[in-house]
Amino acid sequence: MKKEWPLWEIFIRGQHGLNHRHVGSLHAPDAEMAINHARDVYTRRKEGVSIWVVESADITASAPSDKGPLFDPAEDKVYRHPTFFDIPDEVGHM
Amino acid sequence: MYAQMVKSEAADGEQTPEDRAFQARIDRGEKIEPKDWMPEGYRKTLIRQIGQHAHSEIVGQLPEGNWITRAPTLERKQILLAKVQDEAGHGLYLYSAAETLGVSRDELFEKLHSGAMKYSSIFNYPTLTWADMGAIGWLVDGAAIMNQVPLQRTSYGPYSRAMIRICKEESFHQRQGYSIMMKMAGGTPEQKEMAQDALNRFWYPSLMMFGPSDKDSVHSAQSMAWKIKINTNDELRQKFVDETVPQAEYLGLTVPDPDLAWNAGRGHYDFTEPDWTEFFDVLKGNGPCNEERLGARVKAWEDGAWFREGLSAHAEKAAARRLAAE
Repeated sequence: MKKEWPLWEIFIRGQHGLNHRHVGSLHAPDAEMAINHARDVYTRRKEGVSIWVVESADITASAPSDKGPLFDPAEDKVYRHPTFFDIPDEVGHM
Repeated sequence: MYAQMVKSEAADGEQTPEDRAFQARIDRGEKIEPKDWMPEGYRKTLIRQIGQHAHSEIVGQLPEGNWITRAPTLERKQILLAKVQDEAGHGLYLYSAAETLGVSRDELFEKLHSGAMKYSSIFNYPTLTWADMGAIGWLVDGAAIMNQVPLQRTSYGPYSRAMIRICKEESFHQRQGYSIMMKMAGGTPEQKEMAQDALNRFWYPSLMMFGPSDKDSVHSAQSMAWKIKINTNDELRQKFVDETVPQAEYLGLTVPDPDLAWNAGRGHYDFTEPDWTEFFDVLKGNGPCNEERLGARVKAWEDGAWFREGLSAHAEKAAARRLAAE
């Protein structure tokens, strides 16, 4: 019975109420051990207050070739940014 | 650097349009990510380089692990433990980065154990006294930092992110080493003598960490074009000497190089090159500790097999039980 422990992706929530953020991956036999390992590998310096682990095989990623169709349409929609609109100084802070 | 003499797989023959588009992405400063198209040579060279770097972090635990039980105070022992634990972590970050290139963790271990992959020559030297813990942190980690800081900008995303994480932690390693050296150099004459002896033994092996001189370094051009090597070996070695000599002077220790001298014209120190015959000999497996280091790794791997398999069996059982309960 020789097989590698599966790979897990590790997400950590930092101290200041931010989102869980992907920090890296590691091998572990199950979810419980993945959390134990994640604590040792990714939070040795109090980097977080919470850990999520997800088996890498369960993640579906967009293909690099889809980059154009997915993200290019946002390029000509600059009006979604507030700086698109000129507001006269007299109006004050907005 | 932890990776030395990494053979670069330059493409032979004409560059294809894909090769050219790939190089253009790198030249624009874009990061290459695991699922992106990449030349086979880029992938293979990176596996070799990141793998060797990871192996060095793991094997690098051994010379320092040797002193954990004999640290002079409880505080020094805790610090050394934390440092060695960091090295394990650094190895894991790097193995994960290498795995994104399509090699498995077990394959990497097997190649280390069979001698097909190398680790840095520096870890084949023995650690004879407590002062060696100081010299390793100060010089060996210092030399590693020289190389790792520019590699944070390397073209391969996962490698770059691993380097950023590692560099954040590495400064602690160098400072704890220098702190040991300060204590020893400021201690009794015997302690100062131990510090000097450690510097004498680790100076040239540290200079070797950057790899052979540029004139003998055949793999640089392609790796630099791919931005998986940022500076030449000689540039980094010079930078290391320039930074380290004043630190040795502060300690009141003498760098074991009678020809070491400030060259005002160049704005750098002139220094004696290490003995490259020794370097190649150690790399070939004939260093003082090659057998011991690799033997310890193989033993740990084999002795741990029942544990790895036991945890896998437990995980499978627990999963089956959960399924049955649903």
